[in-house]
Amino acid sequence: MPDLSALNGGEASLASHDVDAVFIIPAIPSSLGNFFIPLLIGARDVAFPRLNLFSYWIFLAGIAVTLFSLLQPIDTGWTFYTPYSAQSSAAVTTLCLGLFLVGMSSILTGLNFIVTIHTMRAPGMNWYRMPLFIWAMYATSVIQVLSTPVIGITFILLAAERLFGVGFFDPAKGGDPLLFQHFFWFYSHPVVYVMILPAMGIISEVAPVFSRKPIFGYRAIAYSALAIAFIGFLVWGHHMFVSGMSTVAGVIFSFLTFFVAVPTGIKIFNWIATLYRGSITLDSPMLYALTFIFLFIIGGLTGLFLGSLATDVHVHDTYFLVAHFHYTMMGGTVMGLFAGLHYWYPKVTGRMLNENWAKNAWWLIVTGFNVTFFPMFILGMQGMPRRYAEYPAKYQPLNVVATVGSWFLAVGILIMFANFIRSLRNGAPAPANPWRGLTLEWSIPSPPETENFTEIPTVTDWPYSYGKKTRHDRGK
Amino acid sequence: MSAYKNYLIVWATLLVLTAITVGVSLLNLGLWNAGVALGIASVKAALVALYFMHLRHEIKLVLGFALFPLLILALIIIGTLTDTLYR
Repeated sequence: MPDLSALNGGEASLASHDVDAVFIIPAIPSSLGNFFIPLLIGARDVAFPRLNLFSYWIFLAGIAVTLFSLLQPIDTGWTFYTPYSAQSSAAVTTLCLGLFLVGMSSILTGLNFIVTIHTMRAPGMNWYRMPLFIWAMYATSVIQVLSTPVIGITFILLAAERLFGVGFFDPAKGGDPLLFQHFFWFYSHPVVYVMILPAMGIISEVAPVFSRKPIFGYRAIAYSALAIAFIGFLVWGHHMFVSGMSTVAGVIFSFLTFFVAVPTGIKIFNWIATLYRGSITLDSPMLYALTFIFLFIIGGLTGLFLGSLATDVHVHDTYFLVAHFHYTMMGGTVMGLFAGLHYWYPKVTGRMLNENWAKNAWWLIVTGFNVTFFPMFILGMQGMPRRYAEYPAKYQPLNVVATVGSWFLAVGILIMFANFIRSLRNGAPAPANPWRGLTLEWSIPSPPETENFTEIPTVTDWPYSYGKKTRHDRGK
Repeated sequence: MSAYKNYLIVWATLLVLTAITVGVSLLNLGLWNAGVALGIASVKAALVALYFMHLRHEIKLVLGFALFPLLILALIIIGTLTDTLYR
């Protein structure tokens, strides 16, 4: 017999890991965007600084309420599916309030970024002279503004059902439990692009700088970010293939899901083409960027298996899905974030990182990551379900491998953060432009002064020339 | 006073439409009950957006940003209907 108390504890900590990861990770674009959108477009600040501050405080309030609600173990999983979440004695309503506030902050930040990108660009910076990180952040912000209200309203509906017995999702009162899943995934699928698009933007900055080559296919990368954002709104039903949803809807959503792979593939192709015959230096930001490309290819392609209706029926809710998700979100988003942190650390802090330690950490992180998550693909194919604390003995060896991998991963991340903290004080002073980049943030001292630019620069070219002649009329 | 004239007209129109909504709810139109109510509500929302929220006097970009979410709304309705209509 499984030890049920251990099982419950595991379930609850899993759920809080999920809630923290999925609902709080959107803070990454907010924090990076706040610092770097004004810098990269040649502005002193975002368009609405007060709104920005308001957004920050309600984010903190939302996080506080969310964490408070998780003090009592949450037993609904991070998806809060009805009808159980409408009856659960866990603090679902409080959690809804916390996430509603976080969502509100996310909407306001997205709005702020959209207006900033439209109105605050330096003279001469037209749309095709914008750094690709800005295109990525623009697409991200559009998703935040359009999808987050849906989950906010869904939380209100769930709270109304819990508090006042309104039967939105209760079949006995004419409601529909699957409606909750439709609403939930209408937000929660696009939000994975809120996480991955900024990381993709970072890769588009890092790849040309460390290849000393103009980026390949600028417009294709730019428009593919918008395409990912839009198509991301059409595919939510692929999370519901085995929920009891109609087969017609399943077929349609499966078909549409394949379309997301097209703009994603365009990006990957263009990054690799940028590397081709480049003068590549393997500094720590580039190592993480290359890791992103490698891992995201695996994560992305396995996503196609899961998006395929017939295959998904077999591998849904198995470790295959867990592996796919972590290859995209940790191998993708988090590696992209690490690339960005290493790339921009000198600009943010005015200190250089210890490159040796950065590379040591990278080895551990990459090795640990793959040893942790690759076995899960195999376990999933063998049929091991996710969220189980007890499993047949035949799954034991690969689970042990994964556990050992996670230790390497954890030590690597600890070393990386130790390097961040140590370099704050002991790192060599950073010059204005340590990587010889061409985007505007490298034209001012590290760290930037208050309000970034003493004089707003005038932009005359795109930021990816790197000594090679590019069309002088680019972007006109 | 003339500056407020338009607002007053819109306000009066909203009140009339509200009265119509209440009036129509007393009739039994079968399936059209929801349709008529939603139609009137949409006209009211449009009036509020165009006049009270100044959308009528905004540049096309802002108008585009206001209208684009309607497409997203259509997507969520169509997507959900492909499930509920064929279950």
